[in-house]
Amino acid sequence: MNLLDVENLWVKFPTRQGVVEAVRGISFSLGRERLGIVGESGSGKSMTGRAILRLIRPPGMIEADRIALEGQNLLDLSEKDMRTVRGERISMVMQDPKFSLNPVMRVGDQIMEAYLLHNKVGKAEARKRSLEMLDAVSIRDPERVMRAYPHEVSGGMGQRIMIAMMLIPNPQILIADEPTSALDVSVQRQVLNIMDDLVKQRGMGLIFISHDLNLVSEFCDRVLIMYAGRIVEVCDADKLHQATHPYTRGLLNSLPRLDQPRAKLEVLSRDPAWSEAPSVGGRA
Amino acid sequence: MSETLTLRQWLLTDEPTSRRHARLASLYKGWLTLRGNTMAMFGLGILVALVLMALFAPLIAPHDPYVQNLGNRLQPLGSPGHPFGTDSLGRDILSRLIYGSRITLYIVTLVALIAPVAGLLVGTVAGYVGGWVDVILMRVTDIFLAFPRLVLALAFVAALGAGIENAVLAISLTAWPPYARMARAETLTIRASDYISAVRLQGASPVRIITRHIWPLCISSLIVRVTLDMAGIILAAAGLGFLGLGAQPPSPEWGAMISEGRRFILDHWWVATMPGLAIFTVSLAFNLLGDGLRDVLDPKEGSQ
Amino acid sequence: MSMIEIEGLNVWFGHGPDRVDAVRGASFSVARGESFGLVGESGSGKSTILRAITGLAPDWSGRVDIDGQALAGGKRDRAFFRKVQMVFQDPYASLHPRHSVDQVLSETLHLHGIPDIDARVRSLLDDVGLGGRFRFRYPHQLSGGQRQRVAIARALAGEPEILLLDEPTSALDVSVQAEILNLLTDLRAEHGLTYLMVSHDLPVIGHMCDRLAVMKSGEIVEVMDVGALRAMRAEHEYTRDLLAASVAPGPHSA
Repeated sequence: MNLLDVENLWVKFPTRQGVVEAVRGISFSLGRERLGIVGESGSGKSMTGRAILRLIRPPGMIEADRIALEGQNLLDLSEKDMRTVRGERISMVMQDPKFSLNPVMRVGDQIMEAYLLHNKVGKAEARKRSLEMLDAVSIRDPERVMRAYPHEVSGGMGQRIMIAMMLIPNPQILIADEPTSALDVSVQRQVLNIMDDLVKQRGMGLIFISHDLNLVSEFCDRVLIMYAGRIVEVCDADKLHQATHPYTRGLLNSLPRLDQPRAKLEVLSRDPAWSEAPSVGGRA
Repeated sequence: MSETLTLRQWLLTDEPTSRRHARLASLYKGWLTLRGNTMAMFGLGILVALVLMALFAPLIAPHDPYVQNLGNRLQPLGSPGHPFGTDSLGRDILSRLIYGSRITLYIVTLVALIAPVAGLLVGTVAGYVGGWVDVILMRVTDIFLAFPRLVLALAFVAALGAGIENAVLAISLTAWPPYARMARAETLTIRASDYISAVRLQGASPVRIITRHIWPLCISSLIVRVTLDMAGIILAAAGLGFLGLGAQPPSPEWGAMISEGRRFILDHWWVATMPGLAIFTVSLAFNLLGDGLRDVLDPKEGSQ
Repeated sequence: MSMIEIEGLNVWFGHGPDRVDAVRGASFSVARGESFGLVGESGSGKSTILRAITGLAPDWSGRVDIDGQALAGGKRDRAFFRKVQMVFQDPYASLHPRHSVDQVLSETLHLHGIPDIDARVRSLLDDVGLGGRFRFRYPHQLSGGQRQRVAIARALAGEPEILLLDEPTSALDVSVQAEILNLLTDLRAEHGLTYLMVSHDLPVIGHMCDRLAVMKSGEIVEVMDVGALRAMRAEHEYTRDLLAASVAPGPHSA
């Protein structure tokens, strides 16, 4: 059985000018694999991630035939059960670690709190496990980081701490929403490699949401390309550069490349038909 | 697409075609947001009623608020011709309340014009210029803030003499420091933003930056704050009136009316309670409206 | 003659024990009509150099000459602002939220003392590919790319000779980035502008610039031309690391 099955998912926001449909009837599944969702801002990629966790704030609405986590439809769960799902079975890493960590609590206390929330153990044990977690995300002197406040650690370090925290309850699925966009290029790969290793070791499912085609093709198995709330193309990550949809091609070609200098960059001309075409199924 | 637009569509456009159109459209959108907030509309309704009442007081009031009738004093609620009863000098309480709304509005308007403007000026200059100007202006603000409000107002009125104008002045003098602090805090954030840097790079003078670029952003939160503070201002005015330092008898100021009614509060409770209820209603209306305005005006809270 | 000549530039923030040296001993020069790039990671001091030139970071020492004229301290005169303009990184933060496009451009033209504002606003909007439809919109009614076009129009209003570009596309989608970069390329050709462009993105700098300086923790570690960059002939190890991180897809970790 698939870890996650999403069928006909819609996310709608009523406004004065009418209903804005951020996600328009997409279906996909996730196994124990790394699934990339790529698109530009406003394509609905982040909304998809949030909708799976039912994190769309009212007046926004989530509609779907089903969002099934190992056969259990998340839409049928009460808000209380959903909180358990969010904590223990599906975790999410957000874009900027600065906003995800509590600024007035030491990093160590936050990790330990997360651990104690999910495990009935003593403080000493929680501390030991927290140090192990920090070690697992390649933080060299975990003792010092445990004592630090969030503003005292760098962006890359903060994001690794977030990943460590999110993996504590041993979730089945990790949703990473632009986890490295706020980081410098040299740190990006380091963080992604760590995330990648952990996900593989534990046999988790990863949903990696990003605007960066190259990063996604490198770190995922399968890629969904979203445009205007729909999936326009699904392909294997290593074959992304042979993608056929004009939108995907346009995105790839509009990137400046050091090895292929050009006087002018190719500009994506958007065909209205793209947003009208029915969504491509994203099932494996 | 049909070329004819309804007024509503014209106002809701995202592609305004002239300066006036753009301004009207944003006003209309703000109004729609406010209209969606029932409590704010309730508050606005009360305030509109208050303004109308003040405007047409001579037409509405059943009696002259100053005419005494000692034979008819301290009539209870619902007595014939006096739905809210009469006070210790036999004056109709309802009529006095209606005329009193003029005084309340007068005080509120004057304070609302003086205090926030003074605070805005001090706060934005201190925040934008910085350095020793900031230090001096803010220490002065701190000194004013350190006094209990009513006590400071009392001191001013005592020095200036009792009367409505002096009460307004005293209240304004005690009301501006919080606005100055708020305006300064906002200015500090706005000053560091890229759009201020950008206009500095066009060679704009500090005066221009403060008045054209910083004020419009501070004003909206000031308006919200002032509406929320209105209740306090009315109460301060009433407090001064109650202590005999604001409006002087026989003027039907609501605070002064409570003060007069105080003497009979055990046997004739309505004499003090009716003006009290009036103050309560108007204060509540301002608070509700202020809360709604925050959603419309404050960019941090409003936009979603 | 060089348009921008910088020698031994130090920029710092704060005083006494809180002093942070953001730029240390930076030297480079940009010829008239050239496009020069400053590359580095966050905190490397690349944007600070732009802010020192414009006077937004007033504490600096060293020599900065613009078109042969030496600058001093944090005060700049009108003539300087006519000659040098800047485009900021985040178009969501660089436009006043309560000013319409029309107000932004009219005010800028007014400040530069340019007559016939109405016609100029229209031609500026045409220049940046927006057209009159956008004239009376507020920033919240514009997309990121449209906002950045407005910001570029504002920078061009005084007909400057030098444009300082502070990561002008890092907040935008790649397809919009391509449009803005193309626009900047066209404008430079049309108006004979000199660009000093800051970015963390080597391919973008490689596309836009003739020469570049690589910065690391406040210092320039290498100045190279774009041919050397494309051929991956970097002298400094840090530059090679940057190149490796931004060009070749890194090896899979597993």
